[in-house]
Parts: sequence; structure tokens; C-alpha cells
Amino acid sequence: MNHKLLRPVFKIPYVIWVALFVIAPIALIVYYSFLDLTGNFTLNNYKTFFTSIYFKLTLSSFWYAFLITFFSLLISYPTAYFLTKTKHSQLWLLLIIIPSWINLLLKTYAFIGIFGLYGPVNAFLEVSGIGTKQILFTDFSFVFVSVYIFIPFMILPIFNALDKLNPTLIDASYDLGANAWTTFRRVIWPLTINGVKSGVQVVFIPALSLFMITRLIAGNKVITLGTAIEQQFLVTQNWGMGSTIAVFLILFMFIIMLLTSGRERGAVRNGKAR
Amino acid sequence: MEKLGKLPKLYLTVVFIILYTPISYLIFYSFNSGGGMSNFEAFTFEHYAAVFEDTRLLVILINTIVVALLSALISTTIGVLGAIGILLMRNKKLQKTVLSLNNILIVSPDVIIGASFLILFTLIGVKLGFASVLISHVAFSIPIVVIMVLPKLKEMSPTLIDAALDLGATKRDVLTRVIIPFIKPGILAGFFLALTYSLDDFAVTFFVTGNGFSTLSVEIYSMARTGITLTINALSGLIFLVTMLLVVGYYFINQKTKSVLKGGSK
Repeated sequence: MNHKLLRPVFKIPYVIWVALFVIAPIALIVYYSFLDLTGNFTLNNYKTFFTSIYFKLTLSSFWYAFLITFFSLLISYPTAYFLTKTKHSQLWLLLIIIPSWINLLLKTYAFIGIFGLYGPVNAFLEVSGIGTKQILFTDFSFVFVSVYIFIPFMILPIFNALDKLNPTLIDASYDLGANAWTTFRRVIWPLTINGVKSGVQVVFIPALSLFMITRLIAGNKVITLGTAIEQQFLVTQNWGMGSTIAVFLILFMFIIMLLTSGRERGAVRNGKAR
Repeated sequence: MEKLGKLPKLYLTVVFIILYTPISYLIFYSFNSGGGMSNFEAFTFEHYAAVFEDTRLLVILINTIVVALLSALISTTIGVLGAIGILLMRNKKLQKTVLSLNNILIVSPDVIIGASFLILFTLIGVKLGFASVLISHVAFSIPIVVIMVLPKLKEMSPTLIDAALDLGATKRDVLTRVIIPFIKPGILAGFFLALTYSLDDFAVTFFVTGNGFSTLSVEIYSMARTGITLTINALSGLIFLVTMLLVVGYYFINQKTKSVLKGGSK
């Protein structure tokens, strides 16, 4: 093969990109995490991370990310399941995805109006006798809006997994006397677990690092790792501390990716060659 | 196939209503002559007029579109070449490593990308503004292009390249006449995704934008922080329209290339 000739020409810009925008940024983050405000080498950032509010912040960030992922999954799984049963399932799927293409900021902004003191939700509460409530700037509104944003991203991989599922397996399960719940628990769920895993991956990691929604919807009541990094970098200008938090966020990211990987195996296990 | 029962249908309907409520809500109140997003007073186009009279906003809109188009174009070029490079790698271990490196930026949270790029630009001395925003958008769009193009490349038989080279094609011919026509659908998908990535991005831009330069997302953020302005609603109406046009356009181009390919293989 004469491909040797072609190789270098194709690679150069891409290799430069990998070096400059993948490897260098991570290296820089790690490097900066060892610097203090004046640029001297220090381990204090790490000490601060484990002793001060940051540790608590990390835990609460995880808790919120868990809640967001959990509710997204709870809503998305049945949606994806029912979608595969519809007639024009691909078209319906497209309709589910379209909202995810609308600018994130606009959707978030809409909720400022919807959850506002004079918004439709409060108007409804008023009419139904509960009375107006402060919905905006609460944990509830933060989780709700985040779940709303992430649902399409969760539905997509689950839908794909369910779509690949061989329907005869379900028939077989019923024929062998399993009821609907057993069929779901023993057949459908294990065979689509990889779709769920990739869904969890695309929701959990961004949920840890949200900062725009926390600012607009939760009004600084909820602080995630993302908010903390943004705060350190752009407000306090303490890049060292910001980088330290970022290092931990990167670590968590890798751990979550390890826990949720394994897509290859699923393709074989699904029984249907693709 | 079994039919959907009443309850599942109701469930799907509720999900669809919830998914579309915010967008409809925004667009509905964009026609409100009153000041806020409650109490619909009378129908008006004044907020749409306001968008087109606000030269600052229009400049930002143009900025956003220019950055999106340029970054999609550049990242598609680099991404396609990179994907070909990855495919031609003989060392499979290295290939795997490069692919994992490629995926890092896709799964990285925006905040990390933004913060690390901010450090990078400050160190190299790239002035924060148009250049830094464009470079970042190119940088985070490249991996997605690679991901879209690589499967198409893998479908292509390597003998095609050999045949072209045997028949006396130059390197350039091989690229422009053999490889690129074959992987066109992948390139198109990558380009459109890069475009939407760029248009949608807020966090990375927010970090590297500096003072003078702004894109739509960043502008909406700062407007939304100060409260409700119906100009944003009018803007979202326009954006929704453009998005729908893009979706329909992409769908048709996709259909066309598909039918061309099918016609060719007959």
C-alpha cells in the first residue's frame, strides 16, 4: 500500500489540534492547580479543597447531579419505550430532539417567566387555592429546569437501545410465563442497560458542572462545581483554586466514564447483529 | 406491533407538552404589547421591530453567525483530514489512544474547556475577543466532526484508494475525487453539528470572550440576569424559525444525498 505518502499531510493540523487543545489545556489546569495567587508553587489549594466549604460543595453538587440524572431517567425511560411503539417513531424522536437544538439560554430564560411570581404556574396555584409561592430561586426550580434540559439527551441513547432490542425476545419471555414486570426487569432492562449508561453519562457529567442555570434559576442558592470554577476564574480571579476544583471535576469525569462505559459488549448481547 | 394504550399515549402527550411549553411560551409573549411575560395585553410586532432597530444586537447576531459558519467550516476541514489520518494509522494502539484523546473534549464539561482555554490563550497571548472565541469553537467542534466522519470512512473499501493511486491519481485527486465524495454525508452531518454546537455554546464563549466581543448566548445571559425583556422573546421567535429552517434544510439535503448515493449504486 502506498498510503505512507498520504499520511503526514492529513495528520498535521489534527495533531496540532490534539496537542494544543486537548493535551495542553489539561496539563495547564493541573499545573495551575499547584500555583497560589502570586504564582508560587503550593499545595495549599488542595488543602483548602479538602478542609473548607469546597468539600461540602462537592457533595452537594453530586447530590444535585444525582437527583437530576435520576429524574431524567425516570421520565425518559418510559418516554423512549412508548416512542419505539409508535407508528412513525423516527419522526416523533426528531420532535423530541428539536427542543434540544433551541438555545439553552432561551429555554432557561423562559422558565424565569413561567416560574415567576406572576407566571402561569403561580396563577394556577392561586386558582387551585394553594396560593402563590416563591418557585424561582429554589432547589426545586433548579432540578426541574435541569431535568427539562437534559431529557432529550437521555431519551436518545435509551431509544436507540430499545430500538435495537429484538422483539421476539419479549414474546419469548411472555410465552415462557413471565409477567410484564418480570419481562421488563429480566429481559428489557438488562438488554438496554448500555443505553441507560450512556444516557447517565451525558447527563451526570454536565449536571455536575452547570453554572448558567444555577445563576439564572437558582439565584446562587445552589452552588455546583461548575459555579465554583466560574466564580474562581472570572470573579475572584483565583485561577489556582479554580484549577484545583477543575482537576477534581476532571477526575470525577473519568471515574463516571469508566463506570458507564461498556457499549461494545451490549451490541453483542442484544442478540441482533448491527 | 402492539398498539399503544391510552395511558402511554397520555404520558407521551404530557412529555411533548412539557418539552414545547417554554418555547411556545416565549414566542407567545413576544407578541405581547405589555412589558412582561404575564398578562397578555394586545398583539404587537413592536418587539420584533426592536430587535431589528437595535444595532448592537444585530452586530452580535452577525458575530454569532460569522463565528458559527467559520468555525464549522474550519473544524470540518481539520476534522475530515484528521479522520482520514486516524483511519490510515497502522499502529492500532496509537489509533485507539488518539481516538480517546479525540473524545475527551466531547465529554469534558464546558466549564473545564472554557477555563483551560482561558489559561491557554492568556499564556500564548491570544487577545480575548473574536479570535479566541473562533479558535475555541473550532477546537471543540473538531472531535464531533471526526466522530461523524470516521464511520463513513470505515465503510469505504481501502482498495478504492489503491485503485485510484494505481490509475495515476495524485494525492490531491485521491482526496477530492475519491475520499470526499464517498464520505460526503458524514461531512455534512459533522458540519451541521459543528454549526449547532457553535450557535448553542454559552459556557466556553463566556470564559474566553473578554470585554468587547459578545455572542448571542452570552448576550441573552447578561440580558436575562437583569430581568425580563421582551426583545429576548422576539429574538427567540426568530431563532426558533431559523432552527426549524435549518432542520428542514438538513433533512432535505440528507434525503437528496441519500437518493443520489442509492441511484449511483444501482
